[in-house]
Amino acid sequence: MGMTITEQILAAHAGKEYVEPGELIFANVDLVLGNDITAPVAIREFRKIGAKQVFDRERIALVPDHFTPNKDIKSAEQVREVREFAREFGIVHFFEVGEMGVEHCLLPEKGLVGPGDLVIGADSHTCTYGALGAFSTGVGSTDMAAAIATGKVWLKVPETIRFNYHGKLPKWVGGKDLILYTIGCIGVDGALYSAMEFGGEAVAELSMDGRFTMANMAIEAGGKNGIFFVDEKTLAYVEGRAVRPFKVYTGDSNARYAKVYEFDVTKLEPQVAFPHLPEKARGVSEAAGITIDQVVIGSCTNGRIEDLREAAQVLRGNHVNKNVRLIIIPGTQEVYRQAMREGLFEIFLDAGAAISTPTCGPCLGGHMGILAKGERAVATTNRNFVGRMGHPESEVYLAGPAVAAASAVKGEIAHPEEVIKA
Amino acid sequence: MKLTGRVWRFGDDVDTDLIIPARYLNTSDPKELAAHCMEDADPSFAGKVQPGDIIVAGKNFGCGSSREHAPIAIKAAGVACVIGATFARIFYRNAINIGLPILESPEASSGIEEGHQVEVDLETGTIKNLTTGESYSAKPFPPFMQELIAAGGLIPYVSRTVGRE
Repeated sequence: MGMTITEQILAAHAGKEYVEPGELIFANVDLVLGNDITAPVAIREFRKIGAKQVFDRERIALVPDHFTPNKDIKSAEQVREVREFAREFGIVHFFEVGEMGVEHCLLPEKGLVGPGDLVIGADSHTCTYGALGAFSTGVGSTDMAAAIATGKVWLKVPETIRFNYHGKLPKWVGGKDLILYTIGCIGVDGALYSAMEFGGEAVAELSMDGRFTMANMAIEAGGKNGIFFVDEKTLAYVEGRAVRPFKVYTGDSNARYAKVYEFDVTKLEPQVAFPHLPEKARGVSEAAGITIDQVVIGSCTNGRIEDLREAAQVLRGNHVNKNVRLIIIPGTQEVYRQAMREGLFEIFLDAGAAISTPTCGPCLGGHMGILAKGERAVATTNRNFVGRMGHPESEVYLAGPAVAAASAVKGEIAHPEEVIKA
Repeated sequence: MKLTGRVWRFGDDVDTDLIIPARYLNTSDPKELAAHCMEDADPSFAGKVQPGDIIVAGKNFGCGSSREHAPIAIKAAGVACVIGATFARIFYRNAINIGLPILESPEASSGIEEGHQVEVDLETGTIKNLTTGESYSAKPFPPFMQELIAAGGLIPYVSRTVGRE
């Protein structure tokens, strides 16, 4: 029996010829990530181990992004702890405000992750890097601590579920819609403990930004990782960025899959996930008439340049509804600069949007757009759990950037075609 | 080791934002986290939970974020053990890594109700419902995880292998 791409990468990093689902391995990691919430706990655990140095100061990334620029004194203290650790141990990839971005937008952009890598991060959306043909998965702070000391992580080899997307993507349907639709079909534990392998001609059409969006939300189906095969788009993306040599894995033709799903996307509508679970995805037409108070466009799911271009396309010549606040958060400094150069900020400002410095901010109810009791938001983020963006009695509807922008204009959840001005 | 405690019942897909909302993640102090444990699922939980109590939940407990603050909050609130039909994967490994006992048993999850007295044998995975007299068995841990648990979590386990010089 052959191996899937996920099994091949895990085997290679465990120094084995072959691994199979269920097997427990100790694998070498290529990169370990932590943020301002998870790294402080990891640092304290790391100090308990008593190691005098980290396993490799060039293979640890520390990205304070959740509550930064620091929203209060306690957050500032947490970031200080991370900063001091970075200085003490000479951590090369510590990203301060002004250089930072939302971690899962930032690391690929900086070339810190490449195809075939094994990456763990103390952040659940670490699965994002599967878009590059890497194995990457979220872990906790203690796992992070052990990995920065030893360069290793314990992993159970997951079963792989294959998702094939056929047909041609309709206009306004992108990576966010495909992944919301998928989670809607299989549920928030539909891929529990499993690798989600994405393929088919419709995802080959997706840009890298669309693939990052899909891999990012594998965790919302309970997945261990989401992964794409490397193609010319992947190689074009990593060229000139990759800081280390990388290796392309292709999976065996006789690999075993626990399940295979086939989707025809030709008639798919843009998707909206209703409160309070990402699995409550429906076509946008079913959400018509739902009034909203706020729209957030950004996050590790949809904070990349293509997301902002899509929002701008819808917002051009339009103005945000008087009952709605529109907050746009470019994912990184580079995305910010690029959006400015392309004139997108002009469109956003003309439309009455607020533009923020990169931060996770409102996505997890941190700051920069918290909801009051009873308020409703459309967000391009990844979770719509109870209280996720603020008050426990507020609501979040998840959507892609085009639907989010259209909803901001209309004041209620809307299809982009309802508001767009040619 | 055997644990006996009173049960607090939660449903399916209890996410980490329910276990410890992100608005409290500007600290990782276990006591502060414990004061807000399960707040958005049951605001009175932190006030009524007693040391040694047991949480019994449905499927996919702990889904969502990687925040270790979630099992830390539960442990610091005095909860002795969490029984679920299934667990989300990051919560599962975090609980093992920090030494919060968890047991996976769909039968126990559907058979145990709030207020029941339950006895848990962590070595055998046997769960006894002292209120109804029913007995359930949890999926046993693979040997490697048993080693981790016996060592007291991942940090003590790793400390043995990392040089201190």
